[in-house]
Amino acid sequence: MRLIDHAKVVNNMKPRILKNIFFKGVFFAATMFGLLVLGILLYRILTQGIGYLDLQFLQSLPSRKPEMAGVKTALIGTIWLMVVVAPVSLLLGVGTAIYLEEYARKNQFTNFIQINISNLAGVPSIVFGLLGLTVFVRALALGTSVLAAGLTMSLLVLPIIIVASQEAIRSVPNDLRQASFGMGATKWQTILRVVMPAAIPGILTGGILALSRAIGETAPLVVLGLPLFLAFLPKSVFDMFTVLPMQIYNWTGRPQEEFHALAAAGIIVLLILLIFMNSIAVFIRNKFQKRY
Amino acid sequence: MRSARRASHLAMRMKGVLTLAIQNSPKSFSVQEMIAAKKQKKGPSSSIEKIVPFLLLLTAIVSVLTTLGIVFTLIVETFTFFGRIPLQEFLTAQKWYPFSETQGSYGILPLVSGTLKVTLIAAIVAVPIGLASAIFLSEYASDRTRRIIKPILEVLAGIPTIVYGFFALTFVTPILREIIPTLEIFNALSPGIVIGIMITPMIASLSEDSMSSVPNSMREGALALGSTKFEVSLKVVLPAAVSGVVASIVLAISRAIGETMIVAVAGGSTPNLNWDITSSIQTMTAYIVQVSQGDAGYGTTIYYSIYAVGFTLFVFTLIMNLLAQFIARRFREEY
Amino acid sequence: MTATIEKQKVLEKQGDNKSSKQPKDIVYKTSELNLWYGEIQALKNIDLDIYEKEVTAIIGPSGCGKSTYIKTLNRMIELVPGVKTSGEIAYRGRNIFDKSYGVEELRTKVGMVFQKPNPFPKSIYENVAYGPKIHGIRAKKILDEIVEKSLRGAAIWDEVKDRLNQNAYGLSGGQQQRLCIARCLAIEPDVILMDEPTSALDPISTLKVEELVQELKEEFSIIIVTHNMQQAARISDKTAFFLNGEVVEFAETDKIFSTPSDKRTEDYITGRFG
Repeated sequence: MRLIDHAKVVNNMKPRILKNIFFKGVFFAATMFGLLVLGILLYRILTQGIGYLDLQFLQSLPSRKPEMAGVKTALIGTIWLMVVVAPVSLLLGVGTAIYLEEYARKNQFTNFIQINISNLAGVPSIVFGLLGLTVFVRALALGTSVLAAGLTMSLLVLPIIIVASQEAIRSVPNDLRQASFGMGATKWQTILRVVMPAAIPGILTGGILALSRAIGETAPLVVLGLPLFLAFLPKSVFDMFTVLPMQIYNWTGRPQEEFHALAAAGIIVLLILLIFMNSIAVFIRNKFQKRY
Repeated sequence: MRSARRASHLAMRMKGVLTLAIQNSPKSFSVQEMIAAKKQKKGPSSSIEKIVPFLLLLTAIVSVLTTLGIVFTLIVETFTFFGRIPLQEFLTAQKWYPFSETQGSYGILPLVSGTLKVTLIAAIVAVPIGLASAIFLSEYASDRTRRIIKPILEVLAGIPTIVYGFFALTFVTPILREIIPTLEIFNALSPGIVIGIMITPMIASLSEDSMSSVPNSMREGALALGSTKFEVSLKVVLPAAVSGVVASIVLAISRAIGETMIVAVAGGSTPNLNWDITSSIQTMTAYIVQVSQGDAGYGTTIYYSIYAVGFTLFVFTLIMNLLAQFIARRFREEY
Repeated sequence: MTATIEKQKVLEKQGDNKSSKQPKDIVYKTSELNLWYGEIQALKNIDLDIYEKEVTAIIGPSGCGKSTYIKTLNRMIELVPGVKTSGEIAYRGRNIFDKSYGVEELRTKVGMVFQKPNPFPKSIYENVAYGPKIHGIRAKKILDEIVEKSLRGAAIWDEVKDRLNQNAYGLSGGQQQRLCIARCLAIEPDVILMDEPTSALDPISTLKVEELVQELKEEFSIIIVTHNMQQAARISDKTAFFLNGEVVEFAETDKIFSTPSDKRTEDYITGRFG
């Protein structure tokens, strides 16, 4: 006696195959949806903003008159922000990663630091704004300066850099460390001369991604109280400033169409900056492709 | 015999080389002697070895201090807030009217409902699309397709949120208003959909990672029994990767709860405790933005209220993050 | 002219070694060495005397502790968490477990060549110059000389002299291993530890490394771990047979392979287990 009716199985085959084809189409369409949205978004912003995008736009201060307005203060402010965030976050992030990967014993304490870092990565950016407002703006009396914003942003992107650096350091084969120790090198010599050179591409890639995150963030800066409208340039890290996303936010909030076009033009500038930075990251990744 | 001769020949050549090299140098030297000399001259290298780990530990402690700083800041300022507004009112009152001088009411529920509405819409958009993309990329797509599409999804995830906010207000809302004429300019639907679009790549990418790590032998086993790819995806791969998939969804929802700029730009500033998605709302994050931009002075009740709201938000996202970690660890697949 | 004299000297020296058999110095004296990985004892009561300027081979089946032992000799074993030791290893008369004995100092005297070739992802030149540099030798001229001498010493100079600035990963596996030997020679160590240095190499590269070991023992004391008994028989002067963390037999290589005194040694070298 046969337990399986083969005729039935064969009959069943066709709908099953059709179902497979149908869902393959559905899954494909879902994947394409993301690409489609990206395409529409870029197209919309380009067509809206391209009219305002010229040298004058880059060189002008913000203004109440749309045709005279520009992003000079915001663009330069964004660069100021990078000048603070890049060294602070790299120093802290890479230092933490080296400590965790090379020095720390695997005990409760390091486990705690590790869990803490992954939780920190999930804290909403606006909460970092509240931290910065209390600690940097008020307690340390830095005001809405480049330094206060830069330190807040450094803490915000710290988890990204730590995790990327840890991965890069971890991927350096232990053989290399042993070879160095075997020649009588000290731990720090080994880290500085063997581990770091091999890990640097990964660290830089992570660092650039973190920096892109920092210059695209708006919420924490709003909480810090950065001005939406600023007609002068900062001269030092203790000066007031504003950044591109803040300027875009300001223009987006206006009801007039002209300001929306200005916002779109500002977005184009921001996206070009981000694309530029990401290209550097990709370049580094390809150029220093690991060979072990 | 031959090999012995050869060895001695090699030894001679070698000896000659060593001596020659030494003779060529201005003065004959020994590396070990030089090392010993250098070692005597400089002493600080051993102290560097002791100081460096300590300095690195300090940098590692910064991340702990950051967490402590966040928790401490939120708790202290929230405490001040509850010195003025009773906790019971905060948790149960139905209205959030902080700007009214006389009839101020601080009930968090309307802000929470605004956040939940937006989050729910985002999840309805992102979970099916994200999962479908993950299945397509991991099970159906060729290697080449995957290598093209995944980076594009990552680009989508890297776009600043203010750009999405702009997109929601100036593109999605007008289109939706064509379809739903009663839709207000500021509403829950448009930012909800756009947040959904924003977190889709996160779900797709993380779920794809966990599906790709399901070993091929499991797929082959099912395919050899005559399963279709669809059946393999749904009945073999998805169950095997379930913990990673669920964790990715929880993380994405946590991100949606904390999202600020999209709702601040397109959601409005009307806290309402209801389930209407067509009218203006206010989320917890949008409220913090509204107060920060206004002129609420330091020390006013409104000033402290943003910390109370921030603390609530922090608790929400912390629970989600811990949940995601718990799921990922508890149900870790053992292949 | 000079060359002939040199040749003469070498021949004389070799002759000396063979005929007079004057006692050599002991480089490593191991007494009652025990070692645990956590609760598991990996080495039990090891007593072993290793003499200078000869090749000492350590053989035994996998997991017998031979690798553990050689890594203990330069204290690389301490990189494994949870390792405890008791007993003593005296290097040139000084206990290496002494608190005052810095591992860096010890490892400057005792070089190591690893199982898998592990050059740094740097140029060939930088690989060899690494050791001298970390020990503070920076003069370009001296470094150049050390690099050339070491590469010649490792019999790889002719193959790489035109591409010293290229990445070491462009070399073949066998060349990489000889480069690692050159890197080790650059600090002119007293002892060279080799942990299965040919296990990842093809037969021709293996032969080259074996020949090199023969040359190097004129200058250095060499301790080599190998799972290849023929290799031990070919290149070593003395052989120690390890089994389950103990030294079963330690004697002249000829004797071990012709008339082993322990039944277990005989079983192993005749291929009855292992």
